[in-house]
Amino acid sequence: MNGIYSRPLKAVAAMLAGAALTIVCTSGHAQDKPIRIGLVTFLSGPAAGPFGVPAKIAAEAIVDSLNAGKVPAPYNAKGFAGTPLELTIIDEAGGATKQVTELRNLVERQNVDFVVGYISSGDCLAVAPVAEELKKITVLFDCGTPRVFEDASYKYVFRTRSHATMDAVAGAMYLLESRPATQNFGGINQNYAWGQDSWADFTAVMATLKPDAKITTSQMPKFGAGQYGPEISALLQSNSDVIHSSLWGGDLEAFMLQGTPRGLFARSQLILVAGEPYLHRLPGNIPDGTIVGARGPNGVFAQKSPLNDWLRQIYKERADVYPNYPAYSVALAFLGLKAAYEKARLTNAAPATEEIIKAFEYLSFDSPAGKVMMKLGKGHQAVTGTAYGSTLAVDGQVTIGNIKYYPLERVQPPEGVKSIDWIKSGMKPGKW
Amino acid sequence: MSQLLAVLIDGLIYSSWLFIIAVGLTLIYGVMKILNIAHGSLYALGAYSAASLAGYWINQGHAPMGSYAVMLVAAILVGLIAGPVIERGLLRFMYGKDEIVLVLVTYAVFLILEDFVKLVWGVDPYFLYQPYSLLGSFDIADLTYPNYNLVLFAAAVLIGVVVAWVLTRTRQGKMLLAVIHDREMSAAMGINVGRVYFITFTVGAILGALGGALTAPMISVQPGIGAETIVLAFAVVVIGGLGSLPGAALAAILVGLVRSAAVHYRPELDLFSIYFVMAIVLIVRPKGLFSIPEARKI
Amino acid sequence: MKRDLTVSILIGALIVLLLAGPLLPRWAMFLINVSLCYGLVVLGMMLLMRTGLVSFGHGLYYCLGAYAAGTLDVLFGISDIAVMLLAAIAATGAVSTLLALLLRKYRDIFFAMLSLAFSMILYGLLVKTSALGSSDGFNVAAKTLFGVRIAGTEFERYLIFAITVVTAFVAAICIHWYRGSHRGRLAEAIRDNELRVEYMGASVANTVHINYVMSAVLAGLGGALAAISVGHIDPEMAYWTTSGEFVFVAILAGTGNVLAPFLGAFIFETIRSFAYEYSPNTWQMALGISMLIVIMFLPGGLWSLFTRMRKTA
Repeated sequence: MNGIYSRPLKAVAAMLAGAALTIVCTSGHAQDKPIRIGLVTFLSGPAAGPFGVPAKIAAEAIVDSLNAGKVPAPYNAKGFAGTPLELTIIDEAGGATKQVTELRNLVERQNVDFVVGYISSGDCLAVAPVAEELKKITVLFDCGTPRVFEDASYKYVFRTRSHATMDAVAGAMYLLESRPATQNFGGINQNYAWGQDSWADFTAVMATLKPDAKITTSQMPKFGAGQYGPEISALLQSNSDVIHSSLWGGDLEAFMLQGTPRGLFARSQLILVAGEPYLHRLPGNIPDGTIVGARGPNGVFAQKSPLNDWLRQIYKERADVYPNYPAYSVALAFLGLKAAYEKARLTNAAPATEEIIKAFEYLSFDSPAGKVMMKLGKGHQAVTGTAYGSTLAVDGQVTIGNIKYYPLERVQPPEGVKSIDWIKSGMKPGKW
Repeated sequence: MSQLLAVLIDGLIYSSWLFIIAVGLTLIYGVMKILNIAHGSLYALGAYSAASLAGYWINQGHAPMGSYAVMLVAAILVGLIAGPVIERGLLRFMYGKDEIVLVLVTYAVFLILEDFVKLVWGVDPYFLYQPYSLLGSFDIADLTYPNYNLVLFAAAVLIGVVVAWVLTRTRQGKMLLAVIHDREMSAAMGINVGRVYFITFTVGAILGALGGALTAPMISVQPGIGAETIVLAFAVVVIGGLGSLPGAALAAILVGLVRSAAVHYRPELDLFSIYFVMAIVLIVRPKGLFSIPEARKI
Repeated sequence: MKRDLTVSILIGALIVLLLAGPLLPRWAMFLINVSLCYGLVVLGMMLLMRTGLVSFGHGLYYCLGAYAAGTLDVLFGISDIAVMLLAAIAATGAVSTLLALLLRKYRDIFFAMLSLAFSMILYGLLVKTSALGSSDGFNVAAKTLFGVRIAGTEFERYLIFAITVVTAFVAAICIHWYRGSHRGRLAEAIRDNELRVEYMGASVANTVHINYVMSAVLAGLGGALAAISVGHIDPEMAYWTTSGEFVFVAILAGTGNVLAPFLGAFIFETIRSFAYEYSPNTWQMALGISMLIVIMFLPGGLWSLFTRMRKTA
């Protein structure tokens, strides 16, 4: 009994000392000169390929370009108002609880000045209150759920891209404009919040715009299922005029690969709400005329402008393909933050967080995707219009033609009105 | 009526797939009593290798029909390399330990292999659709099915028959069965249990990789496919009774049909279906459908 | 003697944590906070493992406790920490008492898979429920403690931390005393040889049932505290990979002592956190390799560092 705990006591003491030393060494960052931005994006898992890694590549390209001062006006100042930027990247994988922990580590241990991140809606919802508590400006760059600013108000949290409501609204409008005789429609969406919400929004919009269109079947395979044999059979037998899908990434590819040889798309018109990121991989496996969205005026929908040319060039240098919508989302985040910082800098050489927030609220700024206005969520949520197009195979490549643009009045709910209520009450254009 | 037919055909196709991925796992568990979580990684490795190698083959302009052989070769290579490396290099040192510690070891291997796959193949999905559409398709009622599904079904049946034949008709196979029944007695009778373990694990790895390779043309091979299949494979193995090949087959058919029915009649239940089946089977037959009677030590 | 030392260490840890809490950098306090929540669940796992059962479905109770705490606000407008914890205990206690009637007859992998099935059923149910946010879940904000408002105050984080520490302490002491008690010692006997225990007149089924319910309540408490500390809950808590993590931490920690789960959880969280920071592209590999090293050199789990009595396989 005598010695039985003396060894462990020494071990515990050693561990505590070691831990204390580590804590002191890692947490005591002096005020570094560059502005540190933490980027949270998927580096592993199924979301890495279509979204997470393109966002990372875009962020790295943008930060390098900003630091070199090579961005077109009005962003030509180096870094943010002359101060260089430093990027720290962490993986968004692991779930919302993990991300909350990691946000705290990013802010308190790695001492970042701003956080740009979050593709998953679940993570966005979880970290927003924590960002408020930590009093760190956090720019949500890609998640789609309207709930962030419809369920709560935040001071430190901003989202520089529109939320997902407009995808459903514009998608349905484009569909009915090209196929006014649509009598019924079915859907295949992943059985988690994104898929469920996309389907709920789409059916609500269709109910408002074409009340007599019937719903044939709603397939809800598990996220990541990868095997859609029975679902495709059910869709084939439903004889739907239209199939709505918010599938993305590998699941979308699998669905296309399995559906095309079975003639599903000869039978039904397909509308892919989030189809843009992987189109270039699908020649031969996507029928002409598939309606595709890019969740905003991104990618091929982006109008020609010096900023758009710039983004396409710096991204293609690194990735060998043109930027997809997550890359655009990241650009909006960085440019919006830069615009806000530099606006605050006009009045104060070392702007405090509160001043940057005031500059960011209700800001309008230019981006590769056009003009972005922070007009919802009390100045914290961006609004833009959006666009949809149809695919056309040209010379073995998938291109998008027949592009239609939808201005923001037609596709955005006004301030103070929940998206689903706005849809159900007729989608009256708000005053912008 | 045609919906019922669709349920049946879809169910059988899915069952074939389930059987192929479960058979390696049930063999490994039956013989070595190891819950091999790394089985999911072997599946992923098989899929990625098949997609890369066959994709390369096709891109080089070789005969597309050859891609099937390439897929098979890829799977066998993966099994022959990964199996021995994991078994001889790691598991061998852990055999004396508690069963649950071995599960932890295979989980650690799974984590390592997940990142290994990511490092080698990157995060973008791979696909290999040519073998899928190459064989044409057949029509039944108002539905079209690619003939590749018949290949999958045939492969499942073939694998089942071959493994069953090897287990019951060859000497090596009978030794494996002996070890499944009673490890200690088999060792006492002079069976080289260590070598049996080695062979079993390698064969199980090949079968797992084969599952991945055969599935690759139907899906998009992306990070995370390993994790998704592990729990499905386990469920099938447990429902069938651990270490029982006919059990795995029956379980696969059961789960496949139930899932297919769910998708056609009540799509929102699809998430639950496999767990419902597992819960109900375990309640009714606590050790799975075909469990091997075990003597109880007093 | 050994028992007293454990109690002393527990009391010492309680005092040290409560005093040092505000002095630590906040991310460290949060890390310890989250580790203690996981540690509670792992404590429950340890209790079950000493009975010879490994549950791959404890995420069920972890999630249930969290949702019980979180939905109080949504349904009844209650956001008092004490009430939330009680709700978690009640909910997990009730469900586990019922489920244990079925589960207590199963052993080994069948027990594991059946418990996994139930946890996945809860997962499916929650994902289907869009009123609860489906797979996104929803945020939980604890506003008062025993009626005293804490939200928005300076002490909010520290008070939540303190409550977690105290709850963990109470749980650890209770389980420690239980283990020394008559029924507590039966658990290991059951693990070794059930039939003999029955021959000797003790009820295996009842002991397993009680241990299962206790471990479920511990998991529920851990879940509720996690909900309060992290501020967000989602169905992922019931997914089998979450349950798997608890199993792995339990094995890593070893079953020697009630301190082991908390230590194991802390080390696991720390390794994972640093792996995220220093190798964001290969954190899974780093974690896997660390686990293998621990297994190979510390076969009795981390706790065997502290005891001369190594488990013989």
